[in-house]
Amino acid sequence: MWHDALLVAAKDLRIERRSRVSLNQVVPYALMVLLLFGFAFDQDRSLLAQAAPGLFWLAVVFAGLPAVQRSFAIEAADGASDNMRMSGLDPAGIFLGKVAAITLQLFVIEAILVGGVVVLFHSRLAGGALLAATTVISTAGVAGAGVAYGALSVGLRVRETLLPLLLAPVLAPVVLAATQAWRSALGLSTTSPGGGWRWFGLLVAFTGVYLAGGVLTFGTLIEET
Amino acid sequence: MLAVRFRRAVAFAGRYPLLAGVDLDIQAGEIVALRGPNGAGKTSLLRAIGGLLPLSSGEATVLGLDPVADARALRRRIGLLGHRNGLYDDLSALENVRFAARVAGARKGAAEVALERLGLGARLGAMPVSRLSAGQRRRVALAALLAREPELWLLDEPHAGLDATHRRLLDDLLLAASDRGATVVVASHEATTAAALAGRTVEVAGGTVTGGLIEAGPPPGTPRPTALVEASAYVA
Repeated sequence: MWHDALLVAAKDLRIERRSRVSLNQVVPYALMVLLLFGFAFDQDRSLLAQAAPGLFWLAVVFAGLPAVQRSFAIEAADGASDNMRMSGLDPAGIFLGKVAAITLQLFVIEAILVGGVVVLFHSRLAGGALLAATTVISTAGVAGAGVAYGALSVGLRVRETLLPLLLAPVLAPVVLAATQAWRSALGLSTTSPGGGWRWFGLLVAFTGVYLAGGVLTFGTLIEET
Repeated sequence: MLAVRFRRAVAFAGRYPLLAGVDLDIQAGEIVALRGPNGAGKTSLLRAIGGLLPLSSGEATVLGLDPVADARALRRRIGLLGHRNGLYDDLSALENVRFAARVAGARKGAAEVALERLGLGARLGAMPVSRLSAGQRRRVALAALLAREPELWLLDEPHAGLDATHRRLLDDLLLAASDRGATVVVASHEATTAAALAGRTVEVAGGTVTGGLIEAGPPPGTPRPTALVEASAYVA
């Protein structure tokens, strides 16, 4: 499984390095989302700073959707999905490989978005350990749910519009927990200092469910769609 | 030994019947042509053999395994080339073939050898697939299969887009694979292309086949047509 995951992740990342879709299209799109949030809350700087964690994670989700769609579009383009199925690759390995590739792409996008949040929203980064741990787990959660639902919608003609519809409710707990954990880390929350880690625990649980669910069901999903 | 055994195989796409009671035997090492007009069911039959199209009823055994229940173990031993090439446009020809070879656990250098045998040297191998011609892309896809060295080749119109020289090259490769013990199933709507290569031709029409059982066709071991090269050149 891990060997197959490594092969798939390396292949997807190599394709991304060549096509630069994330860098040339998704990053500007995510920054535009942040900018528009900034315009919407511009008259109230304190509100903008308070809302920054939530706006950041919404921007990550918005950036994650095209990344997931792109990950499955490259398989559908020349009938490669049949080749993938016929290759005998472990479906769990394919799932984890795609999750890893999207997670790494989102890390790059998030690094740029963090810069945007600091510049546009005047946020001050603090609470390093909680901030970093939350970012890693939330990103894996977004990618895990995205890949599972991406496989579900890949065989459908309306996948471009269906995927956001399916994914948004599933990602709501991740956005909520990640936002609250970040608020705690940045000192924006009124709850006790341990509150952030409790949200982090919830985040770990949801991400664990998404990843375990994907590992267990991905084979069925790609065979049935 | 039978590489493929189908009995009363029925498959649907929704309510639309794709296979309507197929009886088919294919010996290990045999080259069989599936011949029939467009929409006859050739592609569906290839996909059913590969386990991509589950049967609604009937029996199927491929390389001694159930094509759906034992899909993962079986698919590592099968090479399927469909209408589309299944290549990644942003990767080079070599990277595409190398990915297929690594997935199959092929020996190091298998990708380079396969590309060379399909007439794609280092220069073309380094080019992104998106920049190659249709025929060159087809050869890259065939090289990806060759690098995997499958026991069962399932080829859907493999000659499409190839010029006369590379049609002959493909025929030679498939004959060599058969000589090594691999089984080859070629679907084609052209009357002469696949027949020139195959030891037996199975007619496909309306989702069913005639001449699918061994006793219905020439006995195993029937010599291949000696005029293979001339025939291939003629149809090209």
